[in-house]
Amino acid sequence: MSEIANDPVIAIRQVSKLYGTLAALKSVSLDVAAGERVVIIGPSGSGKSTLLRSINRLETISAGSIVVEGLDINDPRNDINTIRQDLGMVFQSFNLFPHKTVLQNLTLAPLKLRGVSRKEAEERAKALLLKVGLLDKAATYPATLSGGQQQRVAIARALAMQPKIMLFDEPTSALDPEMIGEVLDVMVTLAREGMTMVVVTHEMGFAREVADRIVFMDHGEILEIAPPAELFGNPRHPRLRQFLKQIL
Amino acid sequence: MSNQHPVRIEVTDGASIPDPRERGLNAWSLAFGAAVIAMVYLWFHQEAESGEYTYRNIMAFLFEPDRSRMFPFNFMPDALLVTFQITFFSFLCTIPLGILTGLGRLSRNRCLNLLTSTYVEVIRGVPLLVQLFYIYYALGKIIQVPPLVSAVVAISICYGAYMGEVVRAGILAVSPGQTEAARSLGFNGAQTMWHVVLPQALRTILPPVGNEFIAMLKDTSLVSIMAVTDLFRRAREYAAESFDYFETYTVVALLYLIITLLLSKAVSLMEGKLNYYERNRK
Repeated sequence: MSEIANDPVIAIRQVSKLYGTLAALKSVSLDVAAGERVVIIGPSGSGKSTLLRSINRLETISAGSIVVEGLDINDPRNDINTIRQDLGMVFQSFNLFPHKTVLQNLTLAPLKLRGVSRKEAEERAKALLLKVGLLDKAATYPATLSGGQQQRVAIARALAMQPKIMLFDEPTSALDPEMIGEVLDVMVTLAREGMTMVVVTHEMGFAREVADRIVFMDHGEILEIAPPAELFGNPRHPRLRQFLKQIL
Repeated sequence: MSNQHPVRIEVTDGASIPDPRERGLNAWSLAFGAAVIAMVYLWFHQEAESGEYTYRNIMAFLFEPDRSRMFPFNFMPDALLVTFQITFFSFLCTIPLGILTGLGRLSRNRCLNLLTSTYVEVIRGVPLLVQLFYIYYALGKIIQVPPLVSAVVAISICYGAYMGEVVRAGILAVSPGQTEAARSLGFNGAQTMWHVVLPQALRTILPPVGNEFIAMLKDTSLVSIMAVTDLFRRAREYAAESFDYFETYTVVALLYLIITLLLSKAVSLMEGKLNYYERNRK
């Protein structure tokens, strides 16, 4: 089950992050292999979102190194914008572009950054909208969509860049309970297709079903990494046991 | 977006923009109705003793076209045309100047930031009338330009600073999540600004920008002290000759009022149109 990643696509080594004197991350190390699904759980303020956002440098780290596909993302010689094109990101608050239609949300980046033709970009966008079940919303503006629909569009927008890795930052936390399922369904499909995924979430059902490994974080540290069966069945760390007792 | 609210920035200097949702009797319709009725009344007003149409004469003088102009313009009231010309050209210069200033003020480049901030600071600290005099005579020392040009330059430089502040506020009002989303797709800073942040900021700042336009139109009356025959200078010429000071300035005040009220209505209608993607919000 938990094979050691020989050739990680993401290699996080001794990463620390300080906000003033507060340490949000304390010497965190984690490898993610190609095609692997890693789910990060932990109480709020544990540093899991900070870690995820550090992977595409939305947060700059204070110490350590993060290497994505062999490129150190904090090395000024590497173009972070090119690296980010391979790292799809989905946010808690969707962050769709409100001044663009759903279709334009999906085609903007491929048109401007990948240099694909409009026809190709739109065809691909429509295929992705079909996949997330929102093809009929292509011409509408995000404000007219429900939260669940917006998040599905946001996932499609990230996929439109054909990323190699997808990062999810609490994708269902801002949703009404009845909309969580539709978003998780899309993510499960994506996982089945073999996408490399790093997901920060509170959805334990999803973690159990999809994750190859689950990472438990608290107070800026990784306290336990294990496959779901082991992590849920036999939690070793006392704080993990306490956390699971609270949420399950 | 669940965590975003449409932001409305009020930097009032011009006439207040009527809320497009407001219906029925409001400040706008009262002011506009009163101004129009007053104008019509004055048009028909006859002096008791002499039987003269004092106000009608003033209006005729103010609205006199310049026959030497090119075709459609030779039928238009010349003084009013000049007022609009100055406003329009100044506005055209102010928009790019304002965007550059606003971006500069937000820039992390220390040099650019200092430069634009100092510009704003200096301009805000000097009265427009003094600036007009200064630029008019300073320009005159270096190059000989027509008064109209120096008027446009002076007003643009002044309003560029205010517009810069409006643009800055508009950019800051765009949720940081928008920038994060664009950056994480791989857009660089400039592309993010151009494709994602500015289009949203410009919509947010439309009311204050419209406000600046209206304020600018009013402030063009200051150029009447230079050799520019705008609406107000024309009025002053008439008053000086006829000694009908009160009557002339009554008419000119009403005229400015009607123009600004019409413009503020136009801005409000435009704002309603631009809100299209906010509509049908669930």
